[in-house]
Amino acid sequence: MKYELVCGLETHVELSTKTKIFCGCRSHFGSEPNTNCCPICIGLPGTLPKLNKEVVRYAIMAGLATHCEINLISKMDRKNYVYPDLPKAYQISQYDLPLCKNGYVELESGKKIRINRIHIEEDAGKLVHKGQDVLIDYNRGGVPLIEIVTHPDISSSDEAKEYIEKLQSIMRYIDVSDCKMQEGSMRCDVNISVRHEGETKLGVRTEIKNMNSITFITKAIDYETERQIDAIQSGGEIYQETLRYSEETNSTESMRNKENANDYRYFGEPDLITIKTNKEDLEKYKTQLPEFADGRCKRYVNDYDISKSDAKLLVKYKKVSDFFEKSIKGIDKPKTVSNLILGVIFRYIENESDKQEFNIKVLPEDLNKLVLLMQENKININLAKKALGQMMETGKKVSEVIPDDYLQEISGEEIKEICKKVIKSNDSAVKDYLSGKDKALKFLLGQVMKETKGKADAKFIEKILAGEIKNA
Amino acid sequence: MLNGRNMTSSKSVIKNIHDKLISKNISCKELTEKYFKKINESNLNAYVKLSEDTAYKTAEKVDKKIASGEKISPLEGIPMTLKDNISTDGIETTCCSKMLKGYVPIYDATVWKLLKNQNAVLLGKANMDEFAMGSSCETSCFGASFNPHNLSYVPGGSSGGAAAAVCGNIAAFGLGSDTGGSIRQPAGFCGIVGLKPTYGSVSRYGLIAYASSFDQIGPITQTVEDTAMVFDAISKYDPMDSTSNPNINFDTFSHLEDDVKGVKMGVPNQYFDGIDEEVKQSIEKAVKVYKSMGIEVEYFDLPELRYSLPVYYILACAEASSNLGRFDGIRYGYQTKNYSSIDEMICKTRSEGFGKEVQRRILLGTYVLSSGYYDAYYKKAQILRGTIVEAFKKAFDKYDVLLAPTSPTTAFKLNYTSKDPVKTYLMDICTVPINIAGLPSVALPCGMDSKGLPIGMQILGKAFSEQTILNVAYQYEVFTDYSAFHRVDMGVKL
Repeated sequence: MKYELVCGLETHVELSTKTKIFCGCRSHFGSEPNTNCCPICIGLPGTLPKLNKEVVRYAIMAGLATHCEINLISKMDRKNYVYPDLPKAYQISQYDLPLCKNGYVELESGKKIRINRIHIEEDAGKLVHKGQDVLIDYNRGGVPLIEIVTHPDISSSDEAKEYIEKLQSIMRYIDVSDCKMQEGSMRCDVNISVRHEGETKLGVRTEIKNMNSITFITKAIDYETERQIDAIQSGGEIYQETLRYSEETNSTESMRNKENANDYRYFGEPDLITIKTNKEDLEKYKTQLPEFADGRCKRYVNDYDISKSDAKLLVKYKKVSDFFEKSIKGIDKPKTVSNLILGVIFRYIENESDKQEFNIKVLPEDLNKLVLLMQENKININLAKKALGQMMETGKKVSEVIPDDYLQEISGEEIKEICKKVIKSNDSAVKDYLSGKDKALKFLLGQVMKETKGKADAKFIEKILAGEIKNA
Repeated sequence: MLNGRNMTSSKSVIKNIHDKLISKNISCKELTEKYFKKINESNLNAYVKLSEDTAYKTAEKVDKKIASGEKISPLEGIPMTLKDNISTDGIETTCCSKMLKGYVPIYDATVWKLLKNQNAVLLGKANMDEFAMGSSCETSCFGASFNPHNLSYVPGGSSGGAAAAVCGNIAAFGLGSDTGGSIRQPAGFCGIVGLKPTYGSVSRYGLIAYASSFDQIGPITQTVEDTAMVFDAISKYDPMDSTSNPNINFDTFSHLEDDVKGVKMGVPNQYFDGIDEEVKQSIEKAVKVYKSMGIEVEYFDLPELRYSLPVYYILACAEASSNLGRFDGIRYGYQTKNYSSIDEMICKTRSEGFGKEVQRRILLGTYVLSSGYYDAYYKKAQILRGTIVEAFKKAFDKYDVLLAPTSPTTAFKLNYTSKDPVKTYLMDICTVPINIAGLPSVALPCGMDSKGLPIGMQILGKAFSEQTILNVAYQYEVFTDYSAFHRVDMGVKL
């Protein structure tokens, strides 16, 4: 009998607001330990939280981008638990009235992964182990988070991967988070159960906590699915428990079971008032939603004749896609621009993180200028590539890498003359060509190119050469 | 003259000092010295920490201003005290708990910031029940304070130290906090005036929380005038406290003499269930006084009050269990000596650092929030809180103010309640209802019992009707022979 996986994800996304959720401290990642702290975010006695309105706006944007309903009246709650990185011994979160509910993320197959809720909460600090000592860095304490909780709609590790990547893309497009899993600004808890195919009842689930790599999430899901199926098939039982995934051994181990599960003793946060959102603001926010990756991708394929795989690379990061769109103004073949971005610019950007930032020396206007020159037949693709490479390295402008005299127009007549000259002085090649060796034409083309310093279009030259030889 | 009002007949302590300061009858420095001298001679154990440095520095500033002919504000140079749960930058703030001994805040509570800006002279921090949990000031880790009327009696609590200091003339005024009666009950026990403002009238920022949805800071003074003056100074909107009301702008002192004729007063019968006969008679006498002023008084039923105590103890303890979770010995305050794991460290720190009553309330609060018990206790209490709020709303549709005793008895003897917590909880029966409903109430003396101990009454009002209740209280103060309630012969005499 076949088994199927039933999986749901709880994804924590750190919001990129300038300041923390309940105080004015910077929420910057990577500062010296305990430098972005104040009496409020280290929970000194007597301090009170003050809700950062930007956090609410960001979370609503996240909700709208994932087709959620927004609760016009929402509230904060206290989640009580004791841990040294949580200075108040409670996390201010949302329990029964989250900001957003009932949304979805659509996978490429058309399957919708339903989102149960999105709520806002504060992050905790971080324990740093140094030899025998455990040190606490409270910089992250109070950094705003949203938790995005799906229904158990995910049926494979591939779907989980696609869902997370889609979610990353959406959050980056609305610019509420950089979603860098390696920096912890996106983390997942994975809920897993298995059941017989066709069964509608849910099996007992386990939860793998705090995953911060897509690769390991898929590995962990595959491992845990196997483990559960094996256990059931060998007559065993699945216990509801919280697991930790070990990257070294690619296996899961128990952190705590149901009996000693935390009782969070949620209750309404008395220090904060209800969060009210009005319909006018919601309408305004809706108009601020950008065109997302999926939409752009389709458009690039249909309107610009760009291959799907290239289009996907272009839209993966909004900054790249925005750059592309700015660069194609007045360009007949946007595909050329796409090729230059993916073929040249990306060669200079090694890792994904830099692609995401897309902080490059070339401006979209520069690339646009360069491609316009090509369009006007003033330079050919090889020169364009070379020039773009130089621009990427040095930050020089188009005019600096392609000197003016170079751009003096070369007329069709001039090219014709050069072609004639080349034909005259290369008898053997002409003979070869006439005897059916097409390669010989390439040689002649190269000679013409040399003479024209690459200003002329290769196809045009070939046409002229072929014509001239025939006429000779 | 304050605010252009003729106050020749004023009994105001603050006004009296203010006049002496501006007439150069006494310098602020001399005044401050006098207070410290009397504090050091006092056997009330009202103070747990003195702040001479800041006090003298402020006094010097005030003296310079007066010498240069500059005008000073009403609270400028007035020697005062803060309950030890109000955070003071650079001055140890302990909530009278071993847990916080040695903890020095790095910021000022908003109320203290406001008073500091007016150059009020902070003499020191006042004794209290540990973390404001108690009605006798006996759970303090610094030992009990004593009632100035009779040292073998408690001053009440939890703001007992501030009440004893004001009553015993070793502070011109004090700020206390009132979660279930902690300002009004000690004011009643000491025969002085105390105001629990409407929830949201005074910023809680910097008040070390006991039960956040109940806590409110308020003045403890000898007269209604003083209370009005202090209340006006501290009731300001504070963006640091989300529950602070942005629309408040009180000037109760200037309108204290407004006519109260035609005010409708209700007296809920339920407040008299099981209270001392002498207290009852005293309240009845006050009713007669009010009637004679042209105030309509009517006894009526407010049966929902019977839910008050359980609702209060469930909800306040639930919040306390969460609020006090942060005291884990890691960042500040007490830390146990020997431990082998972080869990053990936290456990031992809390077991050793918190007193019995605090531990009891944390356990109770943890229990009522636990899964499986939440619906039966916390949720039910929340619903009943709504019922009580509604009941008060209905009552205030009919009446402008309500009159009630501040406690079922006058002050009790030391150690009277210490062995029976329920007996202590019952003492709060008269005060907790308005904390549940978030309403204002001012306590003032209305008589003496046969033991020579003061009897207190309170005037309850609608939300943000501090002006009305203070007016009604003021008229009583003017009308009656107030000195009869102030038979305390100690402390500073000016």
